[in-house]
Amino acid sequence: MATTDRLAARGGTVRRVTTLPLAVLAAGTLAACGSSPAEDVDTENISGSITYWASNQGDSVTEDEQVLSETIERFTEETGVEVELEVIPWNDLQNRILTAVSSGDGPDVLNIGNTWAASMQATGAFLEWEGEVLEAIGGEERFIGSSWATGGAEGETPTSVPLYALSYSLYYNTEIFEENGIEEPPGTWEEFVDVAQELTQDTDDDGSIDQWGFTLAGASISNNAHAAFIRGLQHGGELYDEDGEPDFTNDAVVAGVEEWVQLMGEDGVVSPSDAELVNGAESVEQVASGQAAMVFDQAPGNVFSNRDFDGYAAAEMPMLDVDATGLEATQSHVAGINISVFENSDNIDAAVAFVAHMTSDEELTYLNQEFTALPVVSDLYEDEAFQSEEIQLKQQILEDHAQPMPLYPSESQMETVVGTAIRDLLADVAQGGEVTEDDVREALATAESQM
Amino acid sequence: MPVEPKVKEPPERERSVDDAASARHNGKLTPSERNQRRAQAKVAGQVVQTAGAGRRDRLFPYALIAPASVMELLIHIIPMALGVYIAFLGLNQFTIGNWLQAPFVGLENFVTGLDPDGPIGSQFYAALLRTVVYTLISVGAAWALGMFAAVLLTSKVKGRGFLRTLFLTPYALPQYVGAIAWAFMFNQRDGVINRILVQDLGILDEGPFWLLGGNAFWVTVVVTVWQFWPFAFLMLLAALQNIPDDVYEAAALDGASLWKQFTTITLPMIRQANVVMLLILSLWIFNQFNIPYVLFGPASPPEATLISPLIYEQSFNYWNFGVGGAMSVLLLVALVIASAFYIKLVMPKGKALHD
Repeated sequence: MATTDRLAARGGTVRRVTTLPLAVLAAGTLAACGSSPAEDVDTENISGSITYWASNQGDSVTEDEQVLSETIERFTEETGVEVELEVIPWNDLQNRILTAVSSGDGPDVLNIGNTWAASMQATGAFLEWEGEVLEAIGGEERFIGSSWATGGAEGETPTSVPLYALSYSLYYNTEIFEENGIEEPPGTWEEFVDVAQELTQDTDDDGSIDQWGFTLAGASISNNAHAAFIRGLQHGGELYDEDGEPDFTNDAVVAGVEEWVQLMGEDGVVSPSDAELVNGAESVEQVASGQAAMVFDQAPGNVFSNRDFDGYAAAEMPMLDVDATGLEATQSHVAGINISVFENSDNIDAAVAFVAHMTSDEELTYLNQEFTALPVVSDLYEDEAFQSEEIQLKQQILEDHAQPMPLYPSESQMETVVGTAIRDLLADVAQGGEVTEDDVREALATAESQM
Repeated sequence: MPVEPKVKEPPERERSVDDAASARHNGKLTPSERNQRRAQAKVAGQVVQTAGAGRRDRLFPYALIAPASVMELLIHIIPMALGVYIAFLGLNQFTIGNWLQAPFVGLENFVTGLDPDGPIGSQFYAALLRTVVYTLISVGAAWALGMFAAVLLTSKVKGRGFLRTLFLTPYALPQYVGAIAWAFMFNQRDGVINRILVQDLGILDEGPFWLLGGNAFWVTVVVTVWQFWPFAFLMLLAALQNIPDDVYEAAALDGASLWKQFTTITLPMIRQANVVMLLILSLWIFNQFNIPYVLFGPASPPEATLISPLIYEQSFNYWNFGVGGAMSVLLLVALVIASAFYIKLVMPKGKALHD
């Protein structure tokens, strides 16, 4: 009996998988989501319960649950509304949202990576932040301009509200730097590669390198896409042309991507093993354990502190030229997490009230501190919680050296195809292959043809 | 409701039909038989009179399977039909929110997804071919291992019960758990496989990448075989136990070698179990999604991309739901044709099943 059940279960799994895209969509037969802006909300008299999908910001899902449940408790105390929390790892988040959109059966409130905002907006499944709804969260003016701009495509009513602001910066292991007499973090890309090469060492003389100059998560699709964006801009080229068409094969993007890939190839400063690392936290761990000296990351604080590691410092990302200005001075995309309300929610009032709670000064102070992120509202910049050197640095990068990822609906596909192409190039290099400029151009051309 | 007569009637009717048939068979009827037939005719008349109840009887089995049919319709048939339908829609992030209203694009998705010269179509055919090779190797290996272990454990070896349980472990573990463990083991930097190969045995100087490049294909095969051979083992073991021992004894007396016994007794006698099992196994493995997904994440390495993960990639990574749907439809058609041929040519006919 048990066996037959198992067989049935297995058969079920397999069949479900064949029709996976279909079955998921089929669930949506009952979902009729008309796009009517919910302008009137009453956030005063609310009751019932809502569901909240949070992105994974800390070192682990459990840690995030602890942090967020404090915020939620305060909300429930104030309003009486119960919040059912689910923290979703990054790998699954986009799929989960897509499934929710297609079935019309999703959470009431959810986090999105701000680079997806335009793609998500295009689905028409999310509440537009205007009128009374916008007033409920205190109006647009509270928020920092660059963060607010990530809420959706240019010229359209935003469908997401900034929650955490982040930026890339260079993190390095100060002990390794000191041991090798390097006093300052590298300023230009050339210096960066030199320092990385110097720090790539066989420290125990056993014939194999055990300390690498730099580490990257080669199998992380989004990290690779960010690198293509930032490195491309430093060379003066964008991923989309003026008409909003994908343009991955312009010389600047090719040069930028090639630089990134050659860190593992010609430069030899990245361990080939890094080609298997799926998320950024894994590369941050390499720095904490001393297996690598430098890493580019947005918020490694939690990984470091969970390892009781404080021998690190943050610096600006290297640029081709320290005096670069404009696009060439880009060090990071305007990174961050936004929060959206699902238009199909049957408790929109409570959902909007919850977003207002999450983006209130008190909660933003608490949450951004816990997740080592920057506040997204201007008033908090003076708050003493955000005066640390690292936060100040990030703030400056966001102000002077950050560009928003392309705000086009196809942005998330772009991240996938470009990130995958770079992952495969790095995999080739890791396996001993040689990657030339032509290979990079070809890989990017293939990626572009898939858009 | 009066249940009893209902239950009793059908056997009577059957008997009367049977008897009539045997009578026909005999040709001539003796007078006593004729009387008997008359009596039977009376009974038959009564049966005809209660035909109203008989119709209800005939409907009763349908009533029994109706709930299952409705569920089957909801869970399999309707989604499948919708899947075919979305293959003709321009379904992407602009239309997904209200996908029933997505524009009809005719065969466009099939052209994009299945054009051998296009960027997506070329991947599709490569993945299809790769999946066929992967299925043949995996099913072959799983079958051979399962057969070997089943034959071994049918004979009275010591510790037979323990070994049977042990062999079934991969099957008892959730697929995800097993595949995650394999992913750790095949990790290049600190996986146990490279540790054994490089540090412990010193066979290789440098740990190769198992989850990248060409090796990824073979890792998928290994994990698949590991996961599915216990199923082959279980089915074959059950089939083998139905073969009476004296057949082997007689063969041994006639001087047949073990191999000869295997090919002339074992294989033919378990043929039915074998062909059904191979069909199920092939379909499962051909459609395999869980193993590559857990090993490689949302996008498999190009050298190891199988067809189900490719459809997933198109649909969920690139948001080309229509193209994903078109690929699914082609896959469905291909599998139905292949299964139909297999059932027609290889599967034992209904009659043989009662032997």
